Amino acid sequence: MVEAILSGLGGLTAGAQMLFVDWRNAIMIVVGFVLLYLGIKKDCEPLLLVPIGFGCILVNIPLSDVMSNDGFIRVIYDAGIATELFPLLIFVGIGAMTDFGPLLAQPSTFLLGAAGQFGIFITLLLALALGFPQLDAVAIGIIGACDGPTAIYVASKYAPHLLGAVSVAAYSYMSLVPVIQPPIMRFLTTKEERMTVMKPVARPVSRTTKLMFPLVITILGGLIAPKGLPLLGTIMLGNLMRESGVVSRLTKASENEIANVVTLFLGLCIGATMVGSAFIKAQTLIVLALGFIAICLDTVCGVLMGKLMRVVTRGKINPLIGAAGISAFPMAARVVQREGAKWNKKSYLLMHAMGANAGGQVGSVIAAAVMLSVLAGMGIIR
Amino acid sequence: MDNFTFGMTMLICGMGGTLLTLWIMSLVMGLLGKLFPEKPADKGE
Repeated sequence: MVEAILSGLGGLTAGAQMLFVDWRNAIMIVVGFVLLYLGIKKDCEPLLLVPIGFGCILVNIPLSDVMSNDGFIRVIYDAGIATELFPLLIFVGIGAMTDFGPLLAQPSTFLLGAAGQFGIFITLLLALALGFPQLDAVAIGIIGACDGPTAIYVASKYAPHLLGAVSVAAYSYMSLVPVIQPPIMRFLTTKEERMTVMKPVARPVSRTTKLMFPLVITILGGLIAPKGLPLLGTIMLGNLMRESGVVSRLTKASENEIANVVTLFLGLCIGATMVGSAFIKAQTLIVLALGFIAICLDTVCGVLMGKLMRVVTRGKINPLIGAAGISAFPMAARVVQREGAKWNKKSYLLMHAMGANAGGQVGSVIAAAVMLSVLAGMGIIR
Repeated sequence: MDNFTFGMTMLICGMGGTLLTLWIMSLVMGLLGKLFPEKPADKGE
C-alpha cells in the first residue's frame, strides 16, 4: 500500500519535476505571462494576446496534453488552423467591418496599398540569404503583410512549424505600428513635405460603386491570382454583405459573434504552438527580427511611393499618407493623421490615410494571393 | 530551383504582380466611379 501511495504522490509531483528538467517550458511560461501583461496592462491587441498568452502557458505546463492527439486544443487546431478555416472566417468579419469608401473616393491610393507590401518580398530575400528554406522564407516574408489572418493562412499552410513565431511577430508589430512608423516617416520626409495640406476628399461614392467593388475585386483578383481566392473571396463576401444592407444579421454575426469565437480559438491555438522545445531557438529570434524589418520596409516603401506621387501630382500629396498603405487598419491611418497634425495643425490627413489604409488591406491580400499563385506557377506548391 | 533564382522570381513576379494587379484595380474602380456617379437619390440611402 505504501508503494501505491508513493506512486500516487509521484503522479502529483511529476509535472513540477519536469519543469526543472526542461527549462525551456519555464521560460515559455514566463513568455506567456509577458504576452498577458502586454494584452491586459498595455492594451496591445488584447483580443489576441490574452488567448495566445494563456495558450502558451497551457501548453508549456509539463505533461500537459492539450496538444496531444486528442487534446482539446489539438482538436480545435485540426479543425480550424490545419484546414485554414479560422483565418478565412476572420476575413469575412474584417470585410464586414471595413468601409472601403475612402479608397473608392481616391482609387489612386491603391498604389500606396501596393507599395506598403514591398517589405514582404524584400524580407523574403533576406530570409533566403540567411539560409531559410524557400517556403519558410515565404512565411517569414508574409509578416510584412502586417495582416494577422493572412500571415496565419500562409504560415499554417506552408510552414506550420513557424506558425507561432510568425503569428506573434505579425500581431505584436501590428500593435507597435504607432511606435515603429513615426521615426521612419520623419527620417524620409522633409519638413515642407510633412506640412503639405491635402484637399479634402470631395468625390462621393455611389452605392452602386460600393456594391460593385467586392464583386469586381473578387473576379479580377481571382483571375490574376486564383491561389489567393479564399482570402480575397472571404473579405469581399463580408464587404458585399455590409454594403448590400440586406443581410444585417449576417453582417453583425460576422463582425461580432463569429469573429469573436474564431479569435478566441485562433489565439488559443497559436499560443499552443509555442512549445518551449520548438520555440526557444535562435531561428525564432531571427524570424522576429525579420518580421520587424519587414514592417519597417513596408513603411519605407509606402512613404517613398507617397513621395513619388507627390512629384507626379506636383506637390498635392503629403507623402506621410504612404505610411498608411499597410494592413493595420485603422491604426496606421490614425498614426499618419497624428503625425501630420504635429507638423501642421491645419493638415487633416485622416480620410486620405484611411483610403491608403483600406488599399493596404486589399494590398496585403493581393500580395499574398500573387505570391501563392507565383509559387504555384513555379511548381513549388500545388 | 536555387535560392537566388527563387528569390529574384518572387521579387519580380510577386512585387510586380501586386503592383500591376492593384493598378488595374484602381483603374477599374476609377472607371466604375465615373460610370456610376452618386446621384441625389443615393444620398438618402
